[in-house]
Amino acid sequence: MTRQKYSIFSLLRNAVSHNENWRQAWRSPAPRKKYDALIIGGGGHGLATAYYLAKEHGIRNVAVLEKGWIGGGNTGRNTTIVRSNYLWTEAALFYEKSLKLWEGLSRDLNYNVMFSQRGVYNMGHSLQDMRDIERRVGANRLDGIDAEVVMPARIKAAIPMIDISPGARYPILGASLQRRAGVARHDAVAWGFARAADALGVDIIQQCEVTGICRNGSRVTGVESSRGRIEADRIGVVVAGHASVLAQMAGLRLPLESHPLQAYVSEPLKPVLDTVVMSNAVHGYISQSDKGELVVGAGIDAYTGYGQRGSFHTIEHAMQAIIELFPAFSRVRMLRQWGGIVDVAPDACPIIGKTPLQGLYFNCGWGTGGFKATPGSGWAFAHTIARDRPHELNAPFGLERFTTGALIDEHGAAAVAH
Amino acid sequence: MKQVNRLPEGGRIDRARPLTFSFNGRTCRGYAGDTLASALLANGIRMVGRSFKYHRPRGIMGIGVEEPNAIVQTGAGADTIPGLRATEVELYDGLAAATTRGWPCVNFDLLAVNDFCARLLGAGFYYKTFMAPRFLWRWYEHYLRRASGLGTSPQMPDPDSYEHVNAHCDVLVAGGGPAGLMAALAAAKCGARVIIADEQGEFGGSLLYDTARLNGNPAAEWLRKVLQELARCPEVTLLSRSTVFGYYDHNFLTILERYGDNPGAQDAGGVRQREWRVRAGRVILAQGSHERPLVFPNNDRPGVMLASAVSGYIHRYAVCPGRRGVIFTNNDGAYRTALDLVSAGASVAAIIDCRVEGAGAIAEPLRRSGVEIYQGCVIADVTGRKSVRSVEVVPLSADAGTPAGTAINLDCDLVAMSGGWNPAVHLHSQAGGGNLWDEARNCFVPGATRQEHVSVGACNGSFSLDACLQEGNQAGLDAARACGFEASPFSTPGINQDLTGDARPLQPLWRVPLPRSPHRYPKQFVDYQNDTTVADLHQAVSEGFRNVEHVKRYTALGFGTDQGKLGNINGMALLAECLGKPIADVGTTTFRPPYTAVTFGACAGADVGTLYEPVRKTALHDWHEAAGAEFEVVGQWLRPWYYPGPGEDMRSAVNRECLAARGSLAIMDASTLGKIEVQGPDAPAFLERIYTHNVAGMKPGRCAYGVMLGEDGMVMDDGVMARLGEQHFYLTTTTGGAARVLGWLEQWLQTEWPDLQVYLTSVTERWSTIVLAGPDSRKLLQGMDGDVDFSQAGFPFMAVRSGSLAGFTVRVFRVSFSGELAFEINVESDFAPSLWQTLTEAGERYGITPYGTETMHVLRAEKGFVIVGQDTDGSVSPLDLGMHWLLSKDKDFLGKRSLARPDCQRPDRKQLVGLLIEDGREVSPRPSFRRKPESSHNKHLTEILPEGAQLVEQPGGVPPIPKLGHVSSSYYSACLGRPIALALVSNGRARKGDVIHAALRDGRYIRVRIVSPVFYDPKAERQHAS
Amino acid sequence: MLLIKCPWCGPRDESEFSYGGEADIVRPAEPDALTDEEWADYLFMRSNTRGLHREQWVHEHGCRRWFVLERDTVTYQFTENAT
Repeated sequence: MTRQKYSIFSLLRNAVSHNENWRQAWRSPAPRKKYDALIIGGGGHGLATAYYLAKEHGIRNVAVLEKGWIGGGNTGRNTTIVRSNYLWTEAALFYEKSLKLWEGLSRDLNYNVMFSQRGVYNMGHSLQDMRDIERRVGANRLDGIDAEVVMPARIKAAIPMIDISPGARYPILGASLQRRAGVARHDAVAWGFARAADALGVDIIQQCEVTGICRNGSRVTGVESSRGRIEADRIGVVVAGHASVLAQMAGLRLPLESHPLQAYVSEPLKPVLDTVVMSNAVHGYISQSDKGELVVGAGIDAYTGYGQRGSFHTIEHAMQAIIELFPAFSRVRMLRQWGGIVDVAPDACPIIGKTPLQGLYFNCGWGTGGFKATPGSGWAFAHTIARDRPHELNAPFGLERFTTGALIDEHGAAAVAH
Repeated sequence: MKQVNRLPEGGRIDRARPLTFSFNGRTCRGYAGDTLASALLANGIRMVGRSFKYHRPRGIMGIGVEEPNAIVQTGAGADTIPGLRATEVELYDGLAAATTRGWPCVNFDLLAVNDFCARLLGAGFYYKTFMAPRFLWRWYEHYLRRASGLGTSPQMPDPDSYEHVNAHCDVLVAGGGPAGLMAALAAAKCGARVIIADEQGEFGGSLLYDTARLNGNPAAEWLRKVLQELARCPEVTLLSRSTVFGYYDHNFLTILERYGDNPGAQDAGGVRQREWRVRAGRVILAQGSHERPLVFPNNDRPGVMLASAVSGYIHRYAVCPGRRGVIFTNNDGAYRTALDLVSAGASVAAIIDCRVEGAGAIAEPLRRSGVEIYQGCVIADVTGRKSVRSVEVVPLSADAGTPAGTAINLDCDLVAMSGGWNPAVHLHSQAGGGNLWDEARNCFVPGATRQEHVSVGACNGSFSLDACLQEGNQAGLDAARACGFEASPFSTPGINQDLTGDARPLQPLWRVPLPRSPHRYPKQFVDYQNDTTVADLHQAVSEGFRNVEHVKRYTALGFGTDQGKLGNINGMALLAECLGKPIADVGTTTFRPPYTAVTFGACAGADVGTLYEPVRKTALHDWHEAAGAEFEVVGQWLRPWYYPGPGEDMRSAVNRECLAARGSLAIMDASTLGKIEVQGPDAPAFLERIYTHNVAGMKPGRCAYGVMLGEDGMVMDDGVMARLGEQHFYLTTTTGGAARVLGWLEQWLQTEWPDLQVYLTSVTERWSTIVLAGPDSRKLLQGMDGDVDFSQAGFPFMAVRSGSLAGFTVRVFRVSFSGELAFEINVESDFAPSLWQTLTEAGERYGITPYGTETMHVLRAEKGFVIVGQDTDGSVSPLDLGMHWLLSKDKDFLGKRSLARPDCQRPDRKQLVGLLIEDGREVSPRPSFRRKPESSHNKHLTEILPEGAQLVEQPGGVPPIPKLGHVSSSYYSACLGRPIALALVSNGRARKGDVIHAALRDGRYIRVRIVSPVFYDPKAERQHAS
Repeated sequence: MLLIKCPWCGPRDESEFSYGGEADIVRPAEPDALTDEEWADYLFMRSNTRGLHREQWVHEHGCRRWFVLERDTVTYQFTENAT
């Protein structure tokens, strides 16, 4: 099961042989009857979990069960922002672990996930925004996370297209900046983890929908799937958007609501925006992809929905927000819009941990911010599954917090929770 | 330039209106009625772009929205538009267009070197390299980014305006070709309200260049009559240059209406583009179809075009794109293009038909005129890098699986190809409809759907003109009937079209078969704009990308600005071939809105700039402006922040305002406070459940400070609650919380306690609130006319009185957010300016001073009063704020149970405290840190802690450093002569007297002592002043 | 842009309404009698149904009345005449 190493040399070698000899990036095996662990959900988080289970914990007899095609859910639908400048230490340290993994991810996976640390600006438009920025940046620095407060003139220098005029409806008073933050190529993350996990022996089984969770008393024993029964006494569920559906199969209730989240891209343009701009006050975030498309994220739709689509006025609001920040983009054209399903927890923080059922673990509730956590989430979830207890980084993110009240309220703290 | 390819007559152009335009700086000529594409072809311009990855020269290939190559930028400065398809740009005088790709120019592109190392740049090459060293990725990326992009963003704010229109109709018809027009006519004749939209400047679709006759007349004649008839129907809205681009849930559709791309193209109201938001009873989709290209080596040479586009340019624009054409087809349709070329005076070098049996009757006249028809043959290569020079024709083997026999070369300058047609199922799919593979028609056709729509004509796979008209007619009648109109059938026109008698069926040809793998031959393009080739698809499949979505994402198939309209179905079929599966099993990728690109401006509509969000101003705003106030944005409101006097900076103005309030008399506009009246027999019982304090014990005429919690126990809002009568209460909320609180109260009333008889009314804007604060406030009021007794006995602290004051009807609350003797006077907003004027004039003898939000904040912070949303953040409970006294033990209230949860009872929760800077010296974790000891002593007297600053036990340490809390409010207190701050500190109440440190962003640590949050008048004697 | 049938005003655009989440969650009569788990269940746990979902809406920019509708959370179709 040796993996073909990707490099400029493999490109050259394959060029000589007319690109006819590339090996498959991952196998498409039939499911076996029994595994040491099952991961339900072949998105970035699920594939990362399988990869780190195999790599960090030596648990290689693992299958990832994916209902459709890997990376087809939120992994392939998000606006790819990666940052770690969260307010609360619990969240910040977790996302910082993830960011550190991002920084070495292309080489670790031998797959260029195009993680591009072009910085993320969170704009402040009111005195309260600026207080919140001061507070968050101060917290970040104490947590060892790079963070700066930048004033309008420097914002303008870095982002020439932005409108910093004091007469704007929501004038820009300043921003927080995390330089190590950035964007990545979302599909490549799924594919890179899949290929690397596969090379370590993980079976990636697509078109395999889990229809039931089998249990013996309070222990899980396996799953029923569209490709038959598959046994395992450890099951990790990582199905962004559909966590409540899987929980129901196990007889559990979760503090989640699944909402549509939409995004759109413009037609490709010559480089015009070199960084990532987020604004909570006007509800929009924007970056420019390597292909030249402006990638814009909208706010979540109010209603719950599993339809992978939202309402158009949400897109219209996001347009207004972007034009408020970048009046010159008014003549640019939207090429494509789409939606995903995000499951949102009351405190806008994820749930990663054990459940009342022995051997069943849930990783969900990422809301609008799951992509950036992909490697960290997989890393921590693998630890939780392998050791049957959370790592200290994800211990605060257990289900218990909803009973004790120890929420990690990124919502309430008015930090941008994307 | 000369219009070398312009035919002497014909076309729908207006030869009386010649136009001049420039392309890449060269001056060209065309006519009104041209598109930029037809004019470029007329001028003999072949190269219009470079491809995305290999930078290969490209020419115009299509005639409409499917065009992948001719992407131009028009105009300059603020008017410039990037990324337009030349096929959609209506020519205008003075148009300046430029190609968007190629460096230094489209004719000589240095990056064309990519074409020669293309084997290194196969599908997904960028995932396999550029990984080391890590920091170099940004460098590689910089160049990848520079090489990308189709056009340049405008750099200036958009000078044009846009708007939204909401519309309702019985029947919306998308597409104004024969099927759509017929449908609209049928529905309109039944009386239905119809909107019909077509993306082009002229209605008619294929009728604009069809040679068929309807009822014995030219198609154009029928078209003219139908349009006249529709225009006469008062309930019909005809929208040209209007693309139905989105089909959303519940029959909500969006249309982009344009007025052309020339600067100043707009309607009478100055609108450049308009987004129609239509709720339709029934929808009829009649968007037509897109011709499929054929896939063969070098099928992207400039001069290779869609056959229908060639015909279209000849008939509609009187432009013949070549002198000597070769037709390459798998169906009869393209033979008509051969006839068109002949009729235009061009020669047809040959027709290459992959079908052994060739075409039906339509081939006869061509044969008679000596056109060579190669049946069972294909094109195996095209030469001519910047313009087609010749094609290589080879016969196919008997099973059509491989080329067999000798190749011959044919000189030509044009290849017109046709691989069949793809119904435009985009809107159908957006609406949630499925698509079915139709083997007989060799295309995807619309399947079942969940919304109220039907597809007719070519987008339903019904390609003949007759079928289009029949289906349109029926659908129009059905739709009208479904909307409750009586339908009276009428007949469709009879069609006469030559040579359609015995058309032979199309033979699928997804790619020209080649003896060896596709990697070994010149590139065979599937997606032109993104340079996706057959070899890329094969490589993707061999690398394990088998799902259609994976292949699309790995090879970028369909990600261009045509969104796969040209190449996707070929791609799906080729994928099916690779996988050995039927096309139906491979399926299509998702069709996402918009159908064609929509400007951000149109999507945003008019709600941008000053209209982005309403600005709310109080009734006293003009006075504040005249008084020179600086304003603070608070939610939607503009509030006076402070009133700088001549030469004053903010600090000195605020100090002056504060001292006036503390020393004599100050006046503030507090009208933005949310105000809600609560009435009804159950109002006390209701409020008892909402507020934490005891409501029943309040007597009419009394006020109380109240907080309301979320069910999670956290502070949601606060304000004053006044009991005006037994069943009549008046609540104030925070400025930003007014709407939320009203909604919250309504929700509980209606959904949880509908048995309670309570009525809520928002009166925020009805009443203006004027605050008089300061020891002289009573004196001022007592000196004015009125019937309110302002004496201490008559009007004690926390009382409310109604009456008249200086002739105004007022409600006065003796509450204090400043800690001074204060009165909040509510007056109907219309009278607020004159009451304010009266008070300020009368107050002159007390030196009455207007103050803004900043002073209000200082005064309340001196008293330790919190601002919800500043000193709280949604994770702060009333216990954290030390409001135990406010929590009734004798009743349940919202959020009470949550306060008993273990986490809410933790002793180390962050609690509200005051902070005083301990001394002026900054303590540095590093002794070498540069300090200015000589200045620090004075500085500490005025320097305030930054709001938001984090608090730690000790300077320095290794991250993550435990945080004790943060500074939530921080001001210079003029009356105390020192800075003060409020903070949330872990276990803070028990730590009074302790010294901790504020960690500043610049690396400094400031020693601060934890104190009571009440800095001023701790016994609250002043507000009770008698 | 959903089309929502307000029982008092008739069908109106979604932008006139606010969403109120899952219906039929009843506030416990005696919160103090509940365990922390039971309280958390009321406070945070949701069925989050994929499929037919009874939910609350309020005609915020209209009559301001709250009402309950049943909607399929996949197709987004409202059930006609559901009670």
